[in-house]
Amino acid sequence: MENAIETFSLTKKFKELKAVDEISLSVKKGELFGFLGPNGAGKSTTIRMLCTLLTPTSGSAKVAGFDIVREPEKVREHIGLVSEKMIMYDRLTAYENLRLFGKLYGLEPSRLNDKIDELLALVNMEKWRDTQIGKFSTGMKQRINVIRALLHEPDIVFLDEPTLGLDPHATKEVREFVQKLNTRGTTVVITTHIMYEADMLCHRIGIIDKGKIVALDTSKNLKKMISGEDVSIFEIELKDRKEEIINELKSTKGISSVITSLENPNVIKVHANGENSFDIIIDAIRKQKGKIVTMKDLEPTLEDVFIKLTGRELRDSVSDKVKAHRPHQAPKRIR
Amino acid sequence: MKRLLRETAWIAHKDLLEFSRNRFAVVMLIVVPMFMMLMTGFIFPSENTLKDTPVAIVDYDKYSEDRNYTVMFLDTLYSTNNRTNLFVFSNAETENDAKKCITRGDISGAIIVPEGFSSAISNNIQTNITILTDQSNPQVSLMLSSIVSNILESIGEKISTMKVAKMLANGTEQQNGTYNTNYNTNSTLGKAYAIVKPYTVKTKSTVEGTTNYYQFMAPGLITMVVMMSVMMGLPRAISHEKEIGTLDGMMVAPIRRISIILGKTLAQSARGMLQGTIILLLAVFIFGITIHGSIALAYLLMLLGVFSFIGLGIVLTSFASDEETAMMVMTAIQFPMMFLSGVFYPIQQMPWFMQIIAKFLPLTYAVDAMRKVLVLGATLEDIFLDVSVLLGFGLVMIAIAVPAFKYAMAR
Repeated sequence: MENAIETFSLTKKFKELKAVDEISLSVKKGELFGFLGPNGAGKSTTIRMLCTLLTPTSGSAKVAGFDIVREPEKVREHIGLVSEKMIMYDRLTAYENLRLFGKLYGLEPSRLNDKIDELLALVNMEKWRDTQIGKFSTGMKQRINVIRALLHEPDIVFLDEPTLGLDPHATKEVREFVQKLNTRGTTVVITTHIMYEADMLCHRIGIIDKGKIVALDTSKNLKKMISGEDVSIFEIELKDRKEEIINELKSTKGISSVITSLENPNVIKVHANGENSFDIIIDAIRKQKGKIVTMKDLEPTLEDVFIKLTGRELRDSVSDKVKAHRPHQAPKRIR
Repeated sequence: MKRLLRETAWIAHKDLLEFSRNRFAVVMLIVVPMFMMLMTGFIFPSENTLKDTPVAIVDYDKYSEDRNYTVMFLDTLYSTNNRTNLFVFSNAETENDAKKCITRGDISGAIIVPEGFSSAISNNIQTNITILTDQSNPQVSLMLSSIVSNILESIGEKISTMKVAKMLANGTEQQNGTYNTNYNTNSTLGKAYAIVKPYTVKTKSTVEGTTNYYQFMAPGLITMVVMMSVMMGLPRAISHEKEIGTLDGMMVAPIRRISIILGKTLAQSARGMLQGTIILLLAVFIFGITIHGSIALAYLLMLLGVFSFIGLGIVLTSFASDEETAMMVMTAIQFPMMFLSGVFYPIQQMPWFMQIIAKFLPLTYAVDAMRKVLVLGATLEDIFLDVSVLLGFGLVMIAIAVPAFKYAMAR
């Protein structure tokens, strides 16, 4: 068996909304695969289908060699899920939480206790074994949440936004742990909306937007898509931002996108094609009597890939998370 | 099968462990039924509610020459009250004074003895006593007038018995043949009393002991709490876990879906039965009810109640997408069931259309059976109809629930 995961036109519709739209891809055994996309793009829905928590509307998928619809029990035996919401009971201790799930996976008592101790040691949580989870910090909770998915030594581990809401230190810890897990031979599928995370962790990245995979390759190759096409990216700080300048840039031939920084409205990011892109941009700004403070030539990032593919910035598309969680719920009518 | 049971047991164990760590919830387990019993128990006035009730006496016969019977009347009234402590008596000069005191709320009622009361009785003329009540408080006023009338009438009976006894002793013309010269002997008094009151009425129940409202309510409350724990607790527990995301952890484990439901049901039933037991103990040791039936049968009934509501609980779980919806649906079902199933009020007291609704509620049958078992000492044979209805309802609901749950879980 070459591939850990294979999907064939996997589709999930919630009423009229296509949350996942005919996704076909494969994840190799031992690979660290990432889904990158804005919230609501369909990352979680895809993972939930692969974990047998949702039934696809059409299409199919094989996880660890088993069909997710016809053999869900077999799939479940081979996978571990680190969900975006922590799967833990605050009133139980770390040990009690781990024991419960170990029992549900049918682990023998003696082996279970060894396994719990081993995993707790792996994340340096031995001394918190008998403390109720509710007293933990978010970072500590997430450590337990992650090892909870590893009790039965699954072949494939799914991590849905595992660093969401963590402080920088805990984020780093989780990322390192994911890498460690992968080097020990576990296939890892991770979702994130942070480019940096996908860039540094994943062997291959599937960029997902509006339920569709818009690109799938290694980080290096994805970035080549831009440089290979002779696209230059400039970060320009204007002295005084004017809408006329932005509009002029947008309508100039050879400039594919103009995006304003969220932190500073005077800073814009411009994608331009062609050898004389530098001159085109400066001419356009001058034409509207704009003044340039600084202008930097940037190396392409995954963010730029996303911009090129969708015409939007990743951060632009941040929709509210509640909607992303339960897209099947129709918005309530307001009277 | 063994695996299913083990998984079920572990999920139930988890739920109960979680619950036992929640100290507030554990305390509420005892406090809530206690509150319910206290409140519902005291809303219904019983003789216990009338204790040291302030009542005024207006004696218009105070200045009459013949006061024998008035004095006797008042003495009897006072001595009766010394035994029962129902009232605290005060004196008022006139009826208007008494009315004013009632309006001010100083007294709850007044007893008015008219002028010439004693002489009227002496001369065998019918006279009257007025009871003045406080209309702003109909419950107390009703209790007061019925208790005071009872006392006054028994005093009246005593007076007439004495008079008849005197007649029997003096008037040979009424009784031909022998008679006793001493009218005060017991046999004459007995005879006289028999003439005054030709028969007495005695209420006898099928079991010994006195009944109080708790005797009526406790079995109903036990049944309701146990059954509701499954019907309400199950959707609440599952939708809560769905909301906080922990349900995914169980769903993604290689266990059968049904063991999640079974485990939760087991935990909820255990909690319900524990609460039922607490109510039973409270009822016996604090509210003084007597249990005449078999405790084992009572617990069997609780289990049957749980069984009949499992299906309903699962159906509700399947349709409640989040905790808030679940709670709203619960409340909508709980309230009519609580009040129409004869837990607090007898069904016979309800208007006809409510009685019809009550006939369709399974809780009605469970409450009825439990009451018969605990209060009347009924056997399984006596409650056969109730038991069959509950079993039938349970089976039908489970038949609906299983496909509904499967559908809901695969969304």
